[in-house]
Amino acid sequence: MRRDIFHAIADPTRRAILTLLAAKAMTPNALAEHFSSTRQAVSKHIQMLAECEVVKQELIGREIYYHINSKKMKEADKWLGPFRALWENRYDNLDELLNDLKKKKS
Amino acid sequence: MTNLTAAKNETRITRDLVGKKLTVIREFRAPVALVWKSWTESALLDKWWAPRPWRAETKTLDFREGGMWLYAMIGPDGTTAWCRVDFKTIVPGKSFTAENGFCDEDGNINSSFPRMRWFVEFKPTATGSEVDVLIGFDDEADMQKIIDMGFETGFTMGLGNLDELLAQQG
Repeated sequence: MRRDIFHAIADPTRRAILTLLAAKAMTPNALAEHFSSTRQAVSKHIQMLAECEVVKQELIGREIYYHINSKKMKEADKWLGPFRALWENRYDNLDELLNDLKKKKS
Repeated sequence: MTNLTAAKNETRITRDLVGKKLTVIREFRAPVALVWKSWTESALLDKWWAPRPWRAETKTLDFREGGMWLYAMIGPDGTTAWCRVDFKTIVPGKSFTAENGFCDEDGNINSSFPRMRWFVEFKPTATGSEVDVLIGFDDEADMQKIIDMGFETGFTMGLGNLDELLAQQG
């Protein structure tokens, strides 16, 4: 099975983990406290994220901290960029058209 | 992460690989009736559907259940990409579902490109309306193909434009 950014973000729990880690680096225990699922389940998700390289580990003292690998996260945005550009461009046109239509009516 | 909000004009895009769908949400300062009209009449669609500097040109539009919209995306250098949209269900003024694919000028589907399913919903808001577009794929491979293609834009806009657009976005 492929392990890439899109698998990393395909799951709502993993997205939530990434959102938490985007704010600050956290230990697996601290992360698990945010979820109702078992520590083991959360740990599996973290492992998956690590395999996808969207999070990185760092040993601070005796604790492992996870933080976000922003370089990897940008890969997803790179793909979404053109898609977003298409729709923004398209909808900017629609804004203009709607303005014209509204003017005509009044 | 998956909810990437554009600072400029609030086009919200989310993606769900498990559900094999992409969602595009946008608000407009115009009533639903007007936005609905813009989405369903060819003379109006041709004015906004193509991202600049491309333009859209409708060959035929039959907006009813079982009907089809056949149109071309035409680039500044004359490059033409034909697309067809098959309307499945329509709830007037509220929503419609459709299938979307690339084709030739007679509407014959080009099966080497993934087909997409649309669910387009129109909702009134305090300031006008909101349009939610859900784009679904048959399977992960199709979604992946679109990812590899750089989606529609890679196909319709040419790679030169993409770099420019990406640069603009920082």
